[in-house]
Amino acid sequence: MTSLAPGQELQPGPNIDHSADVDVHGGHPDFRMFGLATFLVADAMTFAGFFAAYLTFKAVNPLPPGSTFELELLLPSINTAVLIISSFTFHRAGRLLREGNGPGCRLWLMITAGLGVAFLAGQMVEYFHLPFGLTDNLFASTFYAITGFHGLHVTLGVICILIVWLQARSGGRITPSDHFGFEAAELYWHFVDGIWVVLYGILYLL
Amino acid sequence: MTVALPSDLSPQPLQPQGWLRYLSFSLDHKVIGLQYLITGFLFYFIGGALAGVIRTELASPISDFVSRDTYNQVLTLHGTVMIFLWIVPVVNGAFGNYLIPFYVGARDMAFPRLNAVAFWLIPPAGILLISSYFITGAAQSGWTAYPPLSLTTPAAGQVIWILSVLLLGGSSIFGGINFIATILKLRRPGLKMMQLPMYCWAMLGTSILVVLSTPVLAGTLVMLSFDIIAHTGFFNPALGGNVVVYQHLFWFYSHPAVYIMVLPAFGLVSEILPIHARKPLFGYTTMVYSILAIVVLGLIVWAHHMFTSGTPPWMRLFFTIATSFIAVPTGIKFFNWLATLWGGKIALNSAMLFASAFIVNFVFGGITGVALAQVPFDIHVHDTYFVVGHFHYIVYGGTVFVIFSSVYHWFPKFSGRMLNEPLGRLHFLLTFIGFNLCFAPQHWLGLNGMPRRVAEYDPQFTLWNQVSSVGALLMAVSALPFLVNVVVSLWRGAPAGDNPWNALTPEWLTSSPPPVENWLGEAPLVKEPYGYGIDPARLRVDSTSGLDVWLGGNR
Repeated sequence: MTSLAPGQELQPGPNIDHSADVDVHGGHPDFRMFGLATFLVADAMTFAGFFAAYLTFKAVNPLPPGSTFELELLLPSINTAVLIISSFTFHRAGRLLREGNGPGCRLWLMITAGLGVAFLAGQMVEYFHLPFGLTDNLFASTFYAITGFHGLHVTLGVICILIVWLQARSGGRITPSDHFGFEAAELYWHFVDGIWVVLYGILYLL
Repeated sequence: MTVALPSDLSPQPLQPQGWLRYLSFSLDHKVIGLQYLITGFLFYFIGGALAGVIRTELASPISDFVSRDTYNQVLTLHGTVMIFLWIVPVVNGAFGNYLIPFYVGARDMAFPRLNAVAFWLIPPAGILLISSYFITGAAQSGWTAYPPLSLTTPAAGQVIWILSVLLLGGSSIFGGINFIATILKLRRPGLKMMQLPMYCWAMLGTSILVVLSTPVLAGTLVMLSFDIIAHTGFFNPALGGNVVVYQHLFWFYSHPAVYIMVLPAFGLVSEILPIHARKPLFGYTTMVYSILAIVVLGLIVWAHHMFTSGTPPWMRLFFTIATSFIAVPTGIKFFNWLATLWGGKIALNSAMLFASAFIVNFVFGGITGVALAQVPFDIHVHDTYFVVGHFHYIVYGGTVFVIFSSVYHWFPKFSGRMLNEPLGRLHFLLTFIGFNLCFAPQHWLGLNGMPRRVAEYDPQFTLWNQVSSVGALLMAVSALPFLVNVVVSLWRGAPAGDNPWNALTPEWLTSSPPPVENWLGEAPLVKEPYGYGIDPARLRVDSTSGLDVWLGGNR
């Protein structure tokens, strides 16, 4: 290593790049959506664990004699349609919000929440009409665990939509230019919707 | 270089200052890092006391120190405390929170509030876990909680154990999300990924593993709690369930968990070695790719814990090969560390002693690991003390040695004071001898058939068990010089100055301890964090940061 004489100034060499120096003291870009997306990856892994368990049970553990595990298709299919439509209604609410149409946005948010509640009601009706209970057999337990866990997600999503609905009133936190809460709720809702489509495929169709 | 403490920085109005801030919901990443560190050490001493109970019981072949039930509770608590409340929070949470914002040139983590939440989940989880021993009797099924054992042992302790681990898993996931966002998104403008200090890469890899695998454990434990509370039959063979599914799901988390415990240690040791050997880190690029390879391979090797669980032959073959492959990136890192030391101007201080002992211990644990990956050998020593010895060489000889090395290395930055060197070397000597005395004989015991997790054993194993217990006693004694050192040095240690090691990584380019937002002025742009021994005229360091370190008598 060559040493510099005392007092000798070191000139900025070509390797010292000042072009990118900016003041980083102030705020930084908003990473909350990135954080939420990372969390949803983690959440998806929980479902992946449940699905892997269900598929392994199905492949390895035969249904014990005398036990029933039959699922109706009509109601869950309607429920699937309801949830998919709710994704579009949420998207429409977002477009109206960005256009500055607050009342329209809140109307479509309420429709989305209503579809979420309809889905949960449909789920309840299905639960009450199924010929097996939580502890009847392995498949019954797995079915209730997975759909119940998803139902919890839907419930949380509906609560989020109602909070966003409150905040989107005029003078509320959510404005056409600043609406992280809205976008977060929307991403979460699409995620819950997507998980249901996979769940429907694995539990009902497979 | 001297950086004055910030007098113009207004203190955050709602945040307590002084020592009280360590008991507060502080949002400062440095406070949170030290909260993790101190909490972790409290649990380390609790877990160590539990290990003392185990080794005392095993000093004689018969069960005479505690009852068998208590022994089972103690070994369960020891494993759970050491893994979930000591190593994971300290090696990720403590050093990650303290160092990562410095390394990316940021003033805090990406989500400071989430960061504080993640920390404050730990004390209640820990208290819950420990209190279960006094309320109903703690869980008795080991840290793995395998059913059907976990379904037949007393339920209350097991359910509290599950709750506690769920809280800690949540804390871990929140931390992982924060690290990923901070490293990928919060880098100072102009700082490229391949210019980051190695610990950033290690924490990025670790956090990816945390985010992908911890939720699976959470789901599995919820299913296990259903089996206990609601009498479902997921994992209960009597109700048609399948215990092997639990093992698959559990190890899908718990094998990556080994990397969650050891990858950050790899990163920390890669920071410590170049500074005390005055040489650049050897093979930066291969280090990065080997970390990424370990992340990918770490996710597809879990069933090597299950070679005796009726695993089909094709699965054994696949997992043996995949596991053996992990030796390649790990070996690359090992030789890179050796090459970093080679020909360096090594300062044999406490930090360096612990770091180089890590290399020795870890390669020994790694070799037994490769041996355990081979099915015929694994079947022979499965569930014996050989596995216990191997595991402790990785997590104690590997990670805990690195934690001590890191404390000696970064204590001057945390506190502004140096630790006492002779006491540090005494601590090292006692730890190193005690550790090897404690765990090396366990390989022999395991090879000769002594099963793990049992309070009694065949009298032919007495001698080496007693040697092991003496080693454990030495390890307990080694905590004394360490504790004395830390307490006395905090009070009247030699002032450290801002950069006692003449280091180049960004945390040393500010005052000790650093001001609230890390730097008074602009964050330094360090493009060559390991540029030791390089002509300063060619060094790519921002002139606002480390250049004066180099001009002012760098060696």
